[in-house]
Amino acid sequence: MAERIMVPVPPKAIIPSRDVGKRPILETHHLGIEFGGLKAVDDIDFAIGPSEICGLIGPNGAGKTTVFNLLTNVYQPTRGTILLDGYDTKGLSPDRVNRMGIARTFQNIRLFSNMSVLDNVKTGLHANMKTSFLSSITHGFGYSKAEKEADERAIELLKFFNMEHLKDHQAGALPYGAQRRLEIVRALATKPGILLLDEPAAGMNPSETAELMENIRRIRDEFNIAVMLIEHDMNLVMGICEGICVLNYGRIIAKGTPDEIKNNPKVIEAYLGKKAE
Amino acid sequence: MKSFFNKFSGLKKSARSNMITLALCLAAFGFVTAMVATGNASRHMKSLLVPICINIILTVSLNLVIGFLGELSLGHAGFMSVGAYAACLFSIAFEETLPVMVRFPLAMLIGGIAGGLFGLLVGIPVLRLKGDYLAIVTLAFGEILRSIIINLEFTGGASGLKGMPQDSTFNWGFIAVVITLFVVMNLVDSRHGRAIMAIRENAIAASAVGININRYKLMVFTVAAFFAGVAGALYGHNYSIMTAGTFDYNKSIEILVMVVLGGMGNIRGSIISAVLITVLPEMLRGLADYRMLIYAVVLIAMMLLGTSEKFMMLRYRLAPKRLIKRALQERQNRKDEKEARKYG
Ligand SMILES: Nc1ncnc2c1ncn2[C@@H]1O[C@H](COP(=O)(O)OP(=O)(O)O)[C@@H](O)[C@H]1O
Ligand SMILES: [Mg+2]
Repeated sequence: MAERIMVPVPPKAIIPSRDVGKRPILETHHLGIEFGGLKAVDDIDFAIGPSEICGLIGPNGAGKTTVFNLLTNVYQPTRGTILLDGYDTKGLSPDRVNRMGIARTFQNIRLFSNMSVLDNVKTGLHANMKTSFLSSITHGFGYSKAEKEADERAIELLKFFNMEHLKDHQAGALPYGAQRRLEIVRALATKPGILLLDEPAAGMNPSETAELMENIRRIRDEFNIAVMLIEHDMNLVMGICEGICVLNYGRIIAKGTPDEIKNNPKVIEAYLGKKAE
Repeated sequence: MKSFFNKFSGLKKSARSNMITLALCLAAFGFVTAMVATGNASRHMKSLLVPICINIILTVSLNLVIGFLGELSLGHAGFMSVGAYAACLFSIAFEETLPVMVRFPLAMLIGGIAGGLFGLLVGIPVLRLKGDYLAIVTLAFGEILRSIIINLEFTGGASGLKGMPQDSTFNWGFIAVVITLFVVMNLVDSRHGRAIMAIRENAIAASAVGININRYKLMVFTVAAFFAGVAGALYGHNYSIMTAGTFDYNKSIEILVMVVLGGMGNIRGSIISAVLITVLPEMLRGLADYRMLIYAVVLIAMMLLGTSEKFMMLRYRLAPKRLIKRALQERQNRKDEKEARKYG
């Protein structure tokens, strides 16, 4: 029998101190994608442990949203692999990887606008409801019980964000900040192990942003899940992220704790442009 | 009685609305049956009863595809024809051996299954397409099917299929309508229905919350084709001869017009428009010649009005619920005023 060879794993964790003895919830190896020859994302290596909050930052067009689209299998990578809770997600559909435990929000909000707030959340609960087709067309065979449980769960989730009074409103008619929060609630309803937030504070006022920061922390603590967020608001990123990954031109230029990132010359250069020699 | 009302008002809004729809249908059925029984219905009127049921089933089922799933299918007449031929061939074969009470429900079921099976078979390759492409391919499917039926021996070919028992009655039609409404309205108001509407609202977000888009599209397509097949069975047993020409794209367009006129995703609207479109051309004989022209105008008008804000506002203001609410409110106001005068 062949001997098992232990290959030293390259340091990937965004927060190295947390890497010890923990299986990452999400891990990428040499992840990359090209659009017509342009390498939008190239050779991305990182790992996030369970219940960590990590930031993905970088200038506009750096490829942050593209990374999220790769992680959720909206795009198939040109090269590299993604391990979700240790499972390779290559070739799976976006709905399948969601059911495996990855949920997300979108930079440009994608709600089910003509449906009620409650139904948006209940749609998030879809995969975790087990009622059969027969039960749906007859409204028997456990339909009422399942719907009641879904209603209760959805309201519980809405309460978490102080949105339960909006449950009968049409989702598309909500104010901008509430729409962003509803997207997070809907994503949480799918019971993810990791939540990806694409610019959650965009368009929010300072008080809403402060509330959001608190909420992201509460999500991690109470749901016990990992959060990865893309954000331009540096106060938010530095305030809640335990680890940060900086992207520029599709490549990772730095990884580390907020303090390390703040003082990293490469990061400063990427954000402020090339320093005059 | 009181406990019934308490129970009724305790129901979910959607469940209440569904019960009202079914109750209205039942009332209409009772009224028409009474008219017929007392000899107040003309022969001509009676001849429209089964076609009305057929068109309601077709419209409500196509609305599931167009209004709730948000995909444009122009092959509904094709699925209808599959159901019609399957059911009629069954009835011809078993005319002697089975009593009508067994034979006709079975024929409708077989029509539905045949339609649904074709829906599934066509759906698998076709549902990857979107929008206009799906519309074109489903249209082509209907036309191909029609030419196949014309060239087959056992379907009676171009001269049509004869000899099926005339089993279709208003009662059977009504039962089929109620089952269709029950299934479609329940489906829409369930986790499967929410998944279907989520796909219409935003397919990317739907798949991001774990909804298998292809699976649900196929489900809707199959269910709709099933009911188109049932409608076909009713149709086939209503006439002494059936030719494939009836199920051409004009029929599909007619169903589309009924859906659009009644409102996307509006089941009560579908019922009303199916009745109107069946009855009006027959009542105004002169109109029949211009039917397709009128359909075109209706389609264009609805498309234009459907996106006009003013028209939406008008519809909102004229909705019966709001009118009733306002009337009640005004009555209450008058009462309050009276009280105020009395004591003030
Ligand atoms: N589907 C696509 N087709 C072609 N180019 C794309 C596609 N998606 C993203 N890109 C390109 O990839 C780069 C990164 O975009 P994106 O990930 O949206 O940046 P950001 O960091 O601002 O979120 C951009 O240059 C964008 O034009
Ligand atoms: Mg982006």
